[in-house]
Amino acid sequence: MATPATVPAPQRAPKGWKLPWWVEPTATVVALGSFGLYSIWEVFFHTTGRFGNYLSPFFSPDVTAWGIHVIPAVWVVWVPLLFRASCYYYRKEYYRGFFADPAACARPERSRVYRGETRFPLSLNNLHRFMLYLAIVVILFLWDDTVRAFIFPNGFGVGLGSLIMLGNVILLSYYTFSCHAFRHLVGGGLDCFTCRARAVTRYGLWSRVSAWNSHHGQWAWISMFGVWATDVYIRLLISGVLHDPRLI
Amino acid sequence: MAQPQTMDQAAAPEAGAQQATDMTLSVFRGDATAGEEREYRVPVGPGMVVLDAVHWLQANVDSTIACRWNCKAARCGSCSADINGHPGLMCKTRLDDFVGQVVHVRPMRTFPIIKDLVTDVSWNYKVAKQIQPFTPAQPAPFVMYQRDVDRGQEFRRCIECFLCQNVCHVLREHSGMDRYFGPRFMIKIAELEMHPMDTADRVDLLAGGGGLGFCNITKCCQEVCPEHIHITDNAIIPLKERTADRYWDPIRRLFRRRRTG
Ligand code: SF4
Ligand code: SF4
Ligand code: FES
Ligand code: FES
Repeated sequence: MATPATVPAPQRAPKGWKLPWWVEPTATVVALGSFGLYSIWEVFFHTTGRFGNYLSPFFSPDVTAWGIHVIPAVWVVWVPLLFRASCYYYRKEYYRGFFADPAACARPERSRVYRGETRFPLSLNNLHRFMLYLAIVVILFLWDDTVRAFIFPNGFGVGLGSLIMLGNVILLSYYTFSCHAFRHLVGGGLDCFTCRARAVTRYGLWSRVSAWNSHHGQWAWISMFGVWATDVYIRLLISGVLHDPRLI
Repeated sequence: MAQPQTMDQAAAPEAGAQQATDMTLSVFRGDATAGEEREYRVPVGPGMVVLDAVHWLQANVDSTIACRWNCKAARCGSCSADINGHPGLMCKTRLDDFVGQVVHVRPMRTFPIIKDLVTDVSWNYKVAKQIQPFTPAQPAPFVMYQRDVDRGQEFRRCIECFLCQNVCHVLREHSGMDRYFGPRFMIKIAELEMHPMDTADRVDLLAGGGGLGFCNITKCCQEVCPEHIHITDNAIIPLKERTADRYWDPIRRLFRRRRTG
């Protein structure tokens, strides 16, 4: 039985300031929406993302080197686009933000037939692993670009752009290799981690990926803003608004 | 809405005690056919939780208020409710989180009301029966390594409070009880599927009657779980990947060998 209070109450500070329920979905819509609009502008209205030895992630791999000059970014961006669109974390964010399914936990929803991910087209999200495989290929190209960003016509050097590109590819690697499908692939699909020699190695990998995976949502946002910042920087260099400071 | 009942209708706090701060509790009173929230004033002391307030009302104002509880320690999973619109355990939700607000206490919305704060959660037990139980390769006792049971042990922390079932929008908003087992049973299936000694296969059940595809991984179950089980990240998503292995991965199908176990 609860005893009525004997001292003035309550004494504990209320736990944090709780944001209203609509803040998170609205922030998602604003962030993803504006990145989407920016991407459309970048992809469809530019023919190059190259500035010297720097290459914007929107244009990597550089298909113009392979003779393709018609809206070159389009040949590239569908991979990261579909990779992120089928990412388990972004799925949560857009189902909440854009579909209000639910907008926030325990919020009432409009009544209509709900099929979740059981029907086309949302069931295609089950193919996420294939987008992961392609995204890993793109990451290899981005690392290659990053190495080249340190090689200037007069040899090794470090510009602000080189560092920005390095930061970007590190963030993207964390995002890509913290993926749930990758976690499943390296070891999550096993039921026994000790039954075979190879399973022991896979347990080690799985543990590492699990540690990264617990921050997958953060990697998703930071790496998206990283790509955005890198592209804006290189676009400003190309248009002559900025001058790239050489540090070494 | 009924008039607030004040403290003078009830026994005053113990003689000599300092005057406690009063808070207003608006408690759902009624059953499956009809009901409404009624407001009560409750004296609140430090550390008091919602369940304390309900108990105080039962003892001092109206002994007919129905609520289910057992442990008052967040262990038994009996006292689940919707508190200010958010699913939580009454024995773990502190009143000082709501200073200056009316505290609305309602029964879990997803399940049929029996009386006041008590709901009928028997649907969950029917679901449990549809899941093939642990089917070991050899009879116990057998040796297992800690790293092989770590995953399952997280899921075994479940106290069956059914808050995750209550918040899951498939069940709560879309009445999906005929299509989806709900997050509590996804962790149950994950525990069995990831067990090193289990030989049964529940992947077809997940893809079929279990309704895994109805979950859109919006993580509310994980947000409300009082045991902090990573329901979505560690059970549902891995199960979605296992279902994709079988139903969405032609390459894997081609190379599928015997389960590596
Ligand atoms: S993540 Fe899935 S199971 Fe959990 S609340 Fe959301 S829809 Fe329901
Ligand atoms: S998983 Fe968590 S929220 Fe769901 S019934 Fe178990 S303890 Fe409760
Ligand atoms: S990239 Fe987010 S889950 Fe795969
Ligand atoms: S009374 Fe046991 S969990 Fe609240």
